[in-house]
This record gives sequence, C-alpha cells and structure tokens, in this order.
Amino acid sequence: MTIDQTENSMHETHSREVVVENEQGLHARPADLVAREAQRWESRIEFVGKAQRVDGKSILDLLTLAAEAGTHLVVEATGPDASEALDAIGSLFEHKFDLNEENTRIHTNKSKQEKQISSDSAGINTATCEGDAERNTNS
Amino acid sequence: MKFSDFVSVDAIRPSVAANSKEGVIREMTQSLVDAEKIAVGEMDSIVKAIMKREDLGSTGIGRGVAVPHTKHPSVSRLVGTVAISEQGVDFESLDGEPVQLFFLLVSPPDRPGDHLRALENISRQLRDDAFCKTLKEAGGPQEVWRLLEDADAQSIAS
Repeated sequence: MTIDQTENSMHETHSREVVVENEQGLHARPADLVAREAQRWESRIEFVGKAQRVDGKSILDLLTLAAEAGTHLVVEATGPDASEALDAIGSLFEHKFDLNEENTRIHTNKSKQEKQISSDSAGINTATCEGDAERNTNS
Repeated sequence: MKFSDFVSVDAIRPSVAANSKEGVIREMTQSLVDAEKIAVGEMDSIVKAIMKREDLGSTGIGRGVAVPHTKHPSVSRLVGTVAISEQGVDFESLDGEPVQLFFLLVSPPDRPGDHLRALENISRQLRDDAFCKTLKEAGGPQEVWRLLEDADAQSIAS
C-alpha cells in the first residue's frame, strides 16, 4: 500500500482520537465505510492503535486492527483537506457508523427477548428490520 | 486467531464448481455440513443469513478475495472454510474484480471479538501477494491446509 507522500508532506499532520463505540467492533462493514470515507479526501490518512499504523484508505489494513468495541484509535491526516477529513471520519465513529447491527442477526427465541430490550434503547428502524428478519427466518 | 483455529480442513474446497455468488456460498456451507461443523437442518438458514449480509454490502474486499460471513446461533464456536475458484466469480466486489479466494465464516452471535480476530488474520495474510498467488494455485485440500499452516507459523514468528 504505497501512498504518494511528496505533496502531502508539505502539510502539517492533524490528528484526533476516535473510539469504536458499536457493539460489534470495526468489522467488515464499518471498515468498508471508513475506507470509502477516507478515500474521498486527498490527505494521507492513517490509523494508529494497538501497536500498529495502518492506511485508513485500505479496508484490509483497517481490518488488521481487529478493533473491538471500546478501542481508542488515533487518526492522523496529512494534506490540504486534513481537518475536514478528520471531522468526517470522526463523525462516522461518533454515529457508530449508522449501522443497525441487529439487522443481520438470526435469532433464537431467547435472543429475541434480548433484542427487544436492545432495540428499545437503540430506537429507530429496528421494528421494520425485525419484521424482515423474522420473515426470513421462518420462511 | 490462526487459520488452524477456525478453518476445517475437511471442508476446504480447492476447486469450487459454482460460478455465482449464491452458488459458491451454498457450496461452501454444504462443505461445512459434510465436515459435520454445522447441522444439516441449519444449512438453508445459514445460507440465507449470509446472503442477507451480502445485500448490505459485498464482502468481496478486493484483490480477488471475499469473506462471506454471518453470525448464527446454531454454532457454539467460530467455524470457517476456504474455497478457490479457478476462473473467478462475480461477487460485486468493492473493486469490481472477480473473486477467486473465499473465506466463509459462521460465528456465534455472542463472540464478536473472535470474528474480528479471524478477519484480522485473513486480511493480514492477504496483504501478502505471494500468499494469495500460491493459495490460488494450490492443487488440493492438503496443499491449501499446508499453506495456511505455513502462514500461521510465520505470523507467530513475526
């Protein structure tokens, strides 16, 4: 994963901390969302954490972080749009990537009850998704 | 988490017959049934769940690799398998390339950390072009298994 650093190295590096707040951690879908967001910006974007430094524009690199819920990471951006890039990436983490993680679960009766509790706290959208999940499971 | 911690050697398919996304997923899930890693009665439910996950966004993560997966309450530990397609399969990958290497994972719903560590291992190894190339050219299940074991040994050493 080579990045052309010549242009960007003229700029100051901006950094901020992000926290993985969604229950399932930085799995394939959020890693994809983060890499796509990072690719929108000209700046070089790197994630530092768990004794690693990885390319924020690469889903494979992000997955090697194996960042579980609660993991703190530092995002560094170097380039003309560094500050905006950090805001956009930080916002993804703050919004827990807007994932509805319950959506992909197939539930036993026991975990349905647990889900009921969690969907109350999660609020939006779960009702519709739950309906879909049940139809799929039962059909 | 090493490959040998979750890949079932009996379920490795070095030459899948299917040439569609769902076909490959079905063939790999069947291989886990045949290897007695998942119950036969759960097969349709697991295939459906994996396809549902694909609908949210392809797990074709680029470089000719896909990691179809789901959580499923019928497994008590993470189970997985590897398949290879010689001609490649359209998987609606993030980079648009056909997929030749498949790592299918089924994990218990309450173990997100194990799933992350399996993804970590797969993505770390797949950054190595030579590993991808030799894996795609592997002739039989035992050869695939040997390559995975070699990769495991190297990741411990490094």
